[in-house]
Formats: sequence, structure tokens, C-alpha cells
Amino acid sequence: MHAGPIVDSIVRIEGLTKRFGAITAVDGVDLEIRRGELFALLGGSGCGKTTLLRMLAGFEVPDGGRIVIDGQDMTGVPPHLRPVNMMFQSYALFPHMDVAANVGYGLRREGVRAPEIAARVAEALEQVKLADHAARRPAQLSGGQRQRVALARALVKRPKLLLLDEPLAALDRKLREGTRFELVRLQEQLGLTFVMVTHDQQESMSMATRLAVMNTGRVVQVGTPHEIYERPASRFVADFIGIANILEADGGWLALRPERITLAAGRPDTANTVAGKILDIAYEGDRSLYRIVTEGKGTMVVSTANVDRMQPASFARDQDVWLGWSADAGHRLSE
Amino acid sequence: MRYAIALPFLWLVVFFLLPFALVLAIALGTNAPDVAPPVELGFSFKNFALLFSDDLYLAAWLSSLRIAATSTLIALLLGYPMAYAIARARPERRPLLLMLVVLPFWTSFLIRIYAWMGLLAKNGLIDQFLRWSGLADNPGSILGTEWAVHLGIVYAYLPFMVLPLYATLEKLDSSLLEAAADLGARPLTAFLTVTLPLSLPGIVAGCLLVFIPSIGEFVIPDLLGGTGTLMIGKVLWDEFFTNADWPLASAVAICLLVLLVAPIALFQRQQARSLERRT
Repeated sequence: MHAGPIVDSIVRIEGLTKRFGAITAVDGVDLEIRRGELFALLGGSGCGKTTLLRMLAGFEVPDGGRIVIDGQDMTGVPPHLRPVNMMFQSYALFPHMDVAANVGYGLRREGVRAPEIAARVAEALEQVKLADHAARRPAQLSGGQRQRVALARALVKRPKLLLLDEPLAALDRKLREGTRFELVRLQEQLGLTFVMVTHDQQESMSMATRLAVMNTGRVVQVGTPHEIYERPASRFVADFIGIANILEADGGWLALRPERITLAAGRPDTANTVAGKILDIAYEGDRSLYRIVTEGKGTMVVSTANVDRMQPASFARDQDVWLGWSADAGHRLSE
Repeated sequence: MRYAIALPFLWLVVFFLLPFALVLAIALGTNAPDVAPPVELGFSFKNFALLFSDDLYLAAWLSSLRIAATSTLIALLLGYPMAYAIARARPERRPLLLMLVVLPFWTSFLIRIYAWMGLLAKNGLIDQFLRWSGLADNPGSILGTEWAVHLGIVYAYLPFMVLPLYATLEKLDSSLLEAAADLGARPLTAFLTVTLPLSLPGIVAGCLLVFIPSIGEFVIPDLLGGTGTLMIGKVLWDEFFTNADWPLASAVAICLLVLLVAPIALFQRQQARSLERRT
């Protein structure tokens, strides 16, 4: 235990388990989510991240363990009594209600008076920049607009915890980029705690303050995006987040990111070197990725930043090259 | 291709429009008991005038409306939970449950109504059970009452209520109910604010499919209702077969048809609107 500032946690998950028949979807997860952070649950399909989110919302009943939200044990508390709101992947907007009625639905259930509902709905629609669409039906909106209605509907109740199930998955690529920043801006502005489920590692890295990487129902690592990228706990995490060269070193494993490796025609002056031949090159605009067959270390991936616009790739296919990296470039994996 | 499209129209012309024109022509004629067929063609509205002057027809019409409406309501109250349960059942069990709903169709409608006669009659199975169990000392016969007519209509038309309701409830996105719960709606509130309004097209379709044929129903009131039950379908039958007054019977038929057009038009409009909404 290290002495540090007292962490103000809003969610405590202890030994949470959920089985569907013979499959254990969530397997003894312990997790602490802090107040005011944007926490991401990251993993491939079937890793249990969505089941975990649905247990937070109360849609799935855990088979073991418990969830405590803001000091209140959620065991046996049905969804409609939980201080959380969810933005569904499909948005789940009510098709028979206009935008204002959709956003005001939760407030009406609380018994808020009509004038206050109108004011808060207007404010929420303002926040998501849909003030002039209040009278539209969901069917008359674009995908991006629907996403923002879903967000407004969940935000308007000022939940202690906002759950987002793949919030950007249904948007096209261009819209996704902008919405990413928009979500982070709203989260910081409103000071709410967001818990987001995503399969997109880039999305979680760029948005989350902290994230949990999940695999086969377990949390394999929790940390800031920087910690997870630079100090992955396992081969799985190193492989799942970005690209990693996994090398054998001193009887253990070393994760080496492609951008930490120097590519040179002659033997570089670094602590570690290996010779190889370029197998293929992927030009990605801002960077180029080289796959290189090395002598004794298998196929490795190296990336170079394309800083000079006029300079074409300095290396060609089948060229013999040298790879070099410093002594502290890699990260030793514990498993 | 053009002929293929024309075929159903031809069918409708031969088997619907033409007979309708015939019935209309007879209704405008006068009764002529001495000739065969007993009609003298003409152009007189006196048969229609008679319908409005004689209280019997209005009474029969109102009574038909009442019986059809209450039967439809009972069918809705029974059919909605059934359809809901089937729609919420595990997907692999639904075909079996749906088959059970339509299973009665495998036996002739007439035979099934005759079977009810046996069940409801004095000293019938139900009567005997009531006596044996001591629930009623002298229950008397249900057969021949309006109760039996309601029972028969609900029994016969329940599948027409369940199937359209099932179709709309089955399509209902379950995440909408989760969203309602998530936003603080108790299960009953979620049902009233989400499930019920979204299943309205199914409710309207089911109600019309039960209500429209029930109004003109003849077999059920004739076999189960006895003499006490007044329904327009029975009046028509009596006019035609007992009184052999073809023109008056035809006028009753035309009036029945015209009055049924209203709910049918309503149904059409509602279907068109729900189609529009889906696109």
C-alpha cells in the first residue's frame, strides 16, 4: 500500500461474477471507479465488459460478489431505483415520442413539475446542441443526432454514474472523431462520472482517464492510458493495446513498441541491435510501418514518423537493415 | 405479368362485385312470393325505409354492436396477456405456442360450436360439474343466453386477436423497456408508457378482426344464443329463409355492409399510417 491522496471512489465492485449457463461471462472482478473520471472498460467481444456494465445498470443480476455505488449496496436494487443512467448502444429512443418527450421521460418518472421538466429538457438539448430539434421524432433524425438525444436523455437526470455502451460504435468514422472530444468536454464540464464500454482501444486510450482491460471475464490490467501503453502487465495487454514486439529476454518477456526502435542502414549505436530484411511496408500517412524479418528475433514491426513531406520512404522492400533500441526502450512483462 | 395482376381483380369482380350488384338489385325490388325467385325487380327504397321504421332492425343492430363490442373487449383482455407471454417466451418455444393458438382451426368452425352446445346444455358437462362440485345447486342452462353467445364469439375469434398482437409485441425492442427502467419507470409504468402505446397498431388490428365478423355473426347466436338473442345476422337469416322476403333480407345485408365499411376504413387508414411510420 502506498501513501497518497485519499481516492474518492464512487463505485466499488467486489468479486463480481456472472454466469450464463456453462459460460462465466464475468469472473470475480474487483474494480474501483473514482468520482469524476471517465473510466473505460476495454476488451474484445465476449470479454464480459458489456455484462459488467449491465450489472451496474441492474439489467443483469450477479451470481456472486457485489456492487456498491456511492456507499449504497446495489444488491437486489432494481434498475429503476439505481442512481445511474445508461446510454444504449442502439440508443433505445422511444419511437412514439418526440425528442423533448424522450429527454423528459426520466424526469416525469421522478415526478418533477412540468415547468422544471421543460427547463431542464431545454438545457440538456442545449448541451448537446439539439435545441431546435425538440419536436422531431427519432425517425426524423440522423444517426449522430439520435446519439446526442440518447446522451441528453441520460444526462438530464444528473445521475451519479453515466454508463455508455459503445457510445460511438454506430457513428461513421468522421463523426466519431468529433464526438469523442464532445463527450470528454461534456464529462469534464458536468463533472459526472462516466463508465464507458468499448472494443476500440484507440477510443478508450484517447478518452479515458483510466481504463480496465478485460479478457475472458477478468480484468487483466487497470491504469491510465499511459501506464497501460507503456507498462502493459501481460503479453495479452501489450498485444491488445497498439502494436508490440514481444521479445524473449533473460528468461522473461519484453514488450517493445515499434516507435521505440531505430531503423538504420548501418549498425546503430544502441545497447541492443539486430539485423534484418524488410518484408513489407505500410504507408499510413503520418507514419510508416515496416515488417522486418530479423536474424534470431522473428518478425518485428518498426514504425517511423513521416516528418518530412517531400522525403519518400527511405527504405525499400527486401532491403537489409539494422534495428536498434536502447536498454530502457522495452518493458518487461510479468507474465 | 399484366394478366397475373388482373387475376385477383377478376376474382373480386366475379365473386364480390357482381354478387353485390345482384343483392343491391334485389334490395331495390319488391317481394313477389308467387314467382321464383320471389323478387320483382324495380327501383324502390321502401325496403330500406322499412328498416328504419321498424324498431326490430335498429334494436338488432344495436344489440349486435353491443355483443360484438363486449366480446371484442373480452377477447382483448384475454388475448393481450397471451400474446405478451408468447412474445416473451424463449424463441424456440414460440412456434409451438403459436401453433396451439391456431390449432382449433384444424377442426371445422361449425363442429366446434356444436361441441360448445354439448358443453353448455342442461345436463351438459359444465352443468353436471357445477352440480357435482356443489358450486351451484341448480345452475340451469347457459345455453340459449347472451352469455353463451359472448363465450362462443370470444372462443371462435380469440386467435384473430392474439396473432396481430403477437406480431407487434414480438417486434418490440426489449432495450426500450430497459431504457424505461433505467430512466426510473417501474415495470407497470414502463408497460403503460412504452409497451402499450407501441402495441397500439396490434390492438387496433386485433379488435377490428374480432369486431367486424362478430357484428354479422349468425352461426354463434343461432346455435348458442337461442331465441332470446337479437343479432343482425340472425334477423337477416330469418328474413331470408323464414319469411322468404328476399328484397328485405338484401336491404338488411346492404345496410350491414355499409355500416361495417366505417370500421374497415378505419382499419385501412391505421394500417397505412403504421406502414408510413415504418419507412
